[in-house]
Amino acid sequence: MDAEITLRVDGADQPVTVDTRTTVLDALRERLGNTSPKKGCDHGQCGACTVLVDGRRVLSCLMLAVAADGAEVTTAAGLANGDLHPVQRAFIDHDGFQCGYCTPGQICSAVGVLEESDGELSRAEVAERMSGNLCRCGAYPGIVAAVEQAAGEQR
Amino acid sequence: MDFFRPDSLAEALAAKAEHADAVPIAGGTDVMVELNFDHRRPAALLDLGRIVELHEHGRQDGKVRIGAAVPYARIIDELGRELPGLAMAARTVGSPQIRNRGSVGGNLGAASPAGDSHPALLAANAEVEIASIRGTRMVPVKDFYTGVKRNVLAPDELITAVHIAPATGAQQFSKVGTRNAMVIAVCAFGLALHPDQKRVGTGLGSAAPTPRPATKAEEFIATELDWESPKPLADSVLRRFGALVAEAASPIDDVRGSAAYRRHALAVLARRTLGWAWSEHLGGGRRACA
Repeated sequence: MDAEITLRVDGADQPVTVDTRTTVLDALRERLGNTSPKKGCDHGQCGACTVLVDGRRVLSCLMLAVAADGAEVTTAAGLANGDLHPVQRAFIDHDGFQCGYCTPGQICSAVGVLEESDGELSRAEVAERMSGNLCRCGAYPGIVAAVEQAAGEQR
Repeated sequence: MDFFRPDSLAEALAAKAEHADAVPIAGGTDVMVELNFDHRRPAALLDLGRIVELHEHGRQDGKVRIGAAVPYARIIDELGRELPGLAMAARTVGSPQIRNRGSVGGNLGAASPAGDSHPALLAANAEVEIASIRGTRMVPVKDFYTGVKRNVLAPDELITAVHIAPATGAQQFSKVGTRNAMVIAVCAFGLALHPDQKRVGTGLGSAAPTPRPATKAEEFIATELDWESPKPLADSVLRRFGALVAEAASPIDDVRGSAAYRRHALAVLARRTLGWAWSEHLGGGRRACA
């Protein structure tokens, strides 16, 4: 069964007709051409598909597009506003990636971490709060340093 | 696949009565996995995301009433003081992204023996609020689970809330897994001291076809603890308690662990959590996670 919905993706209203079984991830990638969120595991284990829905980090592979009708969806591609988002800048400063596949999810998750916490975070806290995002290249030291920097700047 | 998105609980109950095969979905952290991997092809989904009362918590008759779809993240942030055991269990669920969406109602609906909230709900004597167009009923959580991934829900019923008395004593939750995040429990144990009733509540997870309390261990420790003038517990008492908890389990060998390992680990978790909780009761003030 098809449904007509509107997702507000990275600031722009995107009307789209989707099969009711379509996830937010598939709607973004296959229907709206936004390939920033990645499909890693498709069952919520890896975090590569993390986006912000109404400001909260969620796994877009575990959310139906029809359930997100009218919601504000922010992908890593939509974070930069002229200049890079401070989290994106921090990932570059600290080399927080190797192949880059997990990076959009890591960055959206990190933005969620900053939103959920106030002020400085210890390395252990960053690791715990970022524990839903896997990096198979093992760039964790850089990722943790980047989130620490961004959290420090936010303070 | 039909997709129903009711705006109110009344509409949701009417939809469930009319479409008994509609699978309820809130955060989607369980149901979506089954859908994405084609393990399940429901004729219809019943999205509970718009129903305000399922996303609220508050006090009712002296108990905390948690709407079925309140995500774990809010239980941790907003109910940790009143329900420390459930908050500890909630902290071990999945990952932060999962905790932003997953809920106790979903854990109960799935009724997996490995669900993280079950041991805490059992230890705290939670009650499950179940509704249909026929009315509302309350089921003690120990009577809620009927088999592996089975529960007492009738086809037209929805889980609407859980009711839990605020903690009157120390509570603990412990879970064994390969890492801290994204782990399905190898086994788990929840414990709550109820000094007002002079008893201890327990709950076992991933250790039997259903989550269950360790009744004989509860009966044993109730006679051993001196609530009037609390004293440190003898190691022999802690070990006996652990052994009785292990006896209450009927675990299986599976990819996550062997039955023998699960029994052993449960005895250790039970001994440690009781030790921590009793120390806190004695005034040691220790409230650490396992």
